[in-house]
Amino acid sequence: MTDVLMPRLSDTMTEGVLSQWLKDEGAPVHRGDVLAEIETDKATMELEAYDEGVLERHLVAPGTTVPIGQPIAVIGDGTGTASAAAGPSAAPAEPAPAAPPTAAAPTAAAPAPAALPEPAPGAAAVRTSPLARATAREHGIDLTKITGTGPGGRIVRADVQAAITDAAPTPQPAPAPAPAPPPPAAAGDEKIPLSAVRRITARRLTESATAPHFYLTAIVDAGRLLGFRAEINQRLAASGVKISVTDLLVRACAVTLRAHPEVNASWGGDHILRRANIHIGIAVAIDDGLIVPVIRDADRKSIGEIASVAHVLADRARAGKLTPDEFTGSTFTISNLGMYGIDHFTAVINPPEAAILAVGAATEEPVVRDGQVVPATVMKLTMSIDHRVLDGATAAAFLHELVQVLEEPLRIVV
Amino acid sequence: MAVITYRQALHDTLRAEMLRDDSVFLLGEEIGVFEGSYKITAGLLAEFGPAQVRDTPISEEGFVGAAVGAAMLGMRPVVEIMTLNFSLLAIDQIVNHAAKIYAMFGGQVAVPMVIRTPGGGGQQLAATHSQNLEVWYAHIPGMKVVAPATPADAKGLLTAAIRDDDPVLVLENLALYNTRGEVPDGEQVGEIGTAAVIKPGTDLTVVSYSRATVIALDVARQLEDEHISIEVVDLRSLRPLDRETICASVRKTSRAVVLEDDWLTYGVGAEIAATIQEGAFDYLDAPVRRVAAAEVPLPYAKPLELAALPDAGALAKVIGEVLDATRFSR
Repeated sequence: MTDVLMPRLSDTMTEGVLSQWLKDEGAPVHRGDVLAEIETDKATMELEAYDEGVLERHLVAPGTTVPIGQPIAVIGDGTGTASAAAGPSAAPAEPAPAAPPTAAAPTAAAPAPAALPEPAPGAAAVRTSPLARATAREHGIDLTKITGTGPGGRIVRADVQAAITDAAPTPQPAPAPAPAPPPPAAAGDEKIPLSAVRRITARRLTESATAPHFYLTAIVDAGRLLGFRAEINQRLAASGVKISVTDLLVRACAVTLRAHPEVNASWGGDHILRRANIHIGIAVAIDDGLIVPVIRDADRKSIGEIASVAHVLADRARAGKLTPDEFTGSTFTISNLGMYGIDHFTAVINPPEAAILAVGAATEEPVVRDGQVVPATVMKLTMSIDHRVLDGATAAAFLHELVQVLEEPLRIVV
Repeated sequence: MAVITYRQALHDTLRAEMLRDDSVFLLGEEIGVFEGSYKITAGLLAEFGPAQVRDTPISEEGFVGAAVGAAMLGMRPVVEIMTLNFSLLAIDQIVNHAAKIYAMFGGQVAVPMVIRTPGGGGQQLAATHSQNLEVWYAHIPGMKVVAPATPADAKGLLTAAIRDDDPVLVLENLALYNTRGEVPDGEQVGEIGTAAVIKPGTDLTVVSYSRATVIALDVARQLEDEHISIEVVDLRSLRPLDRETICASVRKTSRAVVLEDDWLTYGVGAEIAATIQEGAFDYLDAPVRRVAAAEVPLPYAKPLELAALPDAGALAKVIGEVLDATRFSR
């Protein structure tokens, strides 16, 4: 008998929503079978079984939010005795006895029982360390109101300490301007609960606000770039691959980053982390927020490869099917709002990266060339930079070379 | 205060006690003419003569039994058993006679004898010669078992063992004989049954004994660099066990790991973990963890032997896991 626990499916995940059960109670389960769909903070993922047996009980209903490590189902032998985790009527959970040893192996080479896994917590019981319990008692803290962050959701002293700090009356700083109260809801206003994606988007972008930003804008004469794109797409017409301006930008940025490794960096608090690989993130709007699928090693991929990878990732992003390794780990991000007719904008850095490139629409504008006013297609690029990592001149050198690469588009592919 | 080896500390203590009290005499295999398999008794036959330094046949049950009898009649025999593994041949004399005579005869006669014997692996002596069976003796009422980790404690505890009126097993360790440390001059009588906080700390308690204490101290010092403050409790005595020092430390740190050279199952660490949950339950922020030898007869092949023995890396890893489990911020 085994408890199926809410898995940790991404670095930032602390809880997941059980979207739907794909195995009914009583169904036989084989290792690798998909039991359920779990919605994490960024994507919907499938939960596979690690054990053989019968799915004896669902412990949570679809739509329930469950902290990682909490049991969500019980797999047993089908006799219904697998009640390690408490159902509504079950007694407080007892540790499951260790599996009985098989007949003594003549080699005595049984795996060392050094780390007997801790028993899964009962769903109903509040698990606490003894110290957390004693500390809570002393300070009159209600443990059922605390979320444990220890193994399996155990409440540890640090959790109780946090609750004590929260409960303590905060001394009123004299001149502190009260934060603006949320406007009272008027008739007809609608309060929209935050989805997981909205919440994480908000949190990540708020983190970015701690980075001291500065901005650089440059204008690209994009005529040759667009001509180059048209030419490639003509050649590739038969293959079905279609190159977008963003694909060219991904490769152009990757090539330029290779020459300017100081930009391919992130802020590490007490150090700057210069990244060995060039992974380009592309900001993609999805129904309820923003997600940044990543083109890994973009400097080592051809334009065609970038285009097909980007296409697949964007589709998966819109379907909410990206896996964490597909939307984490970027070292530089591009946000292109050109297709929405935006001329020029500034983007918020995707922390902890050093910079993000905001790309506007390619527009026809009069420019002066050799003393003559002539029509040209131009594109505005705006870089937002974390000043803790990069200074103006360094970032300017990067942006200047990026413009040159885009204006001389053969350099994108060679 | 001189810096000497653990071996030298044992040698000097035997000599000093024999000079002090001529009822103290040594017996064991190859301790006289050959001067001991590990040279603890070097020079003593020449100095004290065969009445006080007696070579015995290869007959552990016989010479341990002879020591029991001599002790009952007022002598203070100090038996060297070449390794702890060979004590199995004498276990009836130790468990059923030495440890029980005082109680079974209504306190009419004590058995003031010492068994000195090294345990431990790591010398490629293979499975039958590399064991840590001290817990077998620490289990027995009527026995005392001490396990000094430092040259100073080797002196203090061996002196105390020789002067104690009960049978005392002094657990030495092959890997410790060449270790060096400061040893106070003059007579030093240690106290059997007290553990020592050999490095104070605030974040986590490591409990260990014998060779494991040396490892624990190393790891604790390395972790200082990472601003992790480990308290190391050296048991020194496995029986009687100083439960209060262990629990007092855990009440302070709220986290505990046991490092032991014996096997995990039914090992010393099991007793320590039980002691902690009885004496410091409300102070624990995470389960007590144990780092012990792999549950195999110790392999002969060097890489396998090293893999089977608990080491600094294994201890550091488990310490990290316990700290993480309690959201310790470094």
